[in-house]
Amino acid sequence: MRLEGSQPEDVKLNMTAMIDIVFQLLVFFIMTFKVVSMEGDFNVKMPLAGESADSIDTELPELISVRLRAGENGNIASIIVDDSQTLADNTMFVDLTEIVEEKLAGEGNPESNAETEVEFDIDYGLKYSFTVQAIEAVSGRVQSDGTVKKLIEKVKFKDSKAGG
Amino acid sequence: MKLFRRKKTEILEGDLTPMIDMTFQLIAFFMLLINFSEVDRAEEITLPSSVLAIPPEVRPDYQIILNIEPGGTVIFEGQRIEKIDFMAPIFTQQVAAAAREGVTDPGEIAVVIRSHKDTPTGLVQELIAKCQDSQLESFSLRVINVN
Repeated sequence: MRLEGSQPEDVKLNMTAMIDIVFQLLVFFIMTFKVVSMEGDFNVKMPLAGESADSIDTELPELISVRLRAGENGNIASIIVDDSQTLADNTMFVDLTEIVEEKLAGEGNPESNAETEVEFDIDYGLKYSFTVQAIEAVSGRVQSDGTVKKLIEKVKFKDSKAGG
Repeated sequence: MKLFRRKKTEILEGDLTPMIDMTFQLIAFFMLLINFSEVDRAEEITLPSSVLAIPPEVRPDYQIILNIEPGGTVIFEGQRIEKIDFMAPIFTQQVAAAAREGVTDPGEIAVVIRSHKDTPTGLVQELIAKCQDSQLESFSLRVINVN
């Protein structure tokens, strides 16, 4: 006797509801998606107001002071390094990097980069973008092969409470 | 005599599997990339750019992100504070909040300053000084990394 097996039925799920939800999710994510540019940081060391700046300075092996002077409309007018060298032409930031490199090379110890500190004395009205350019100039240099040569790692502002 | 033979209508069903696969992959892509912490970043702030700025590798235990406009208005967590002097109570609150989360030393709180490129640096320094009044001393100047 031949047993007649039940024929398998083609089970079909209704996908419409799921596809609807999936598309709604997709639209939500597309609409809320924003392309965010990569951001980076320059770390700034700021001693607390209670501490004496002089006592900190004496502990440092080397301190380079950089004064940024503002001109008209907050643009940069000149850079004065260690109260002796004044840079005022268009290549002032490149020159600043070279001066810092020379100072570090003069110390002879390559590890001194980590110890040497730059103190910025910045005019109140100077646009922030120039301050960042100056910090970048002392922090390092992109070499011809694309690698970055690090210079100064410690940066601080002089007397941040001075507002004039 | 029947002139027309009624044709049996068939339901045409396309294979939806590849489309659903792709759609799920797209959803997964957007879900991974979506960033809900945009409230910390004020859209109106145009940061200066730099090739040497280092993208933060590790998120600090507690951070305060301060956006500052050219006029001196500080934007903190979507809230606009017109004068830097008004920031003191906010910093006090943040130091207390950090302590509740286990960061008891205010010096370990990372203060991220997102300043507009045209903001006078003096205003940024005033903001830093105001932070220092609340014993905050670790600062990061945030810029766009163009490398």
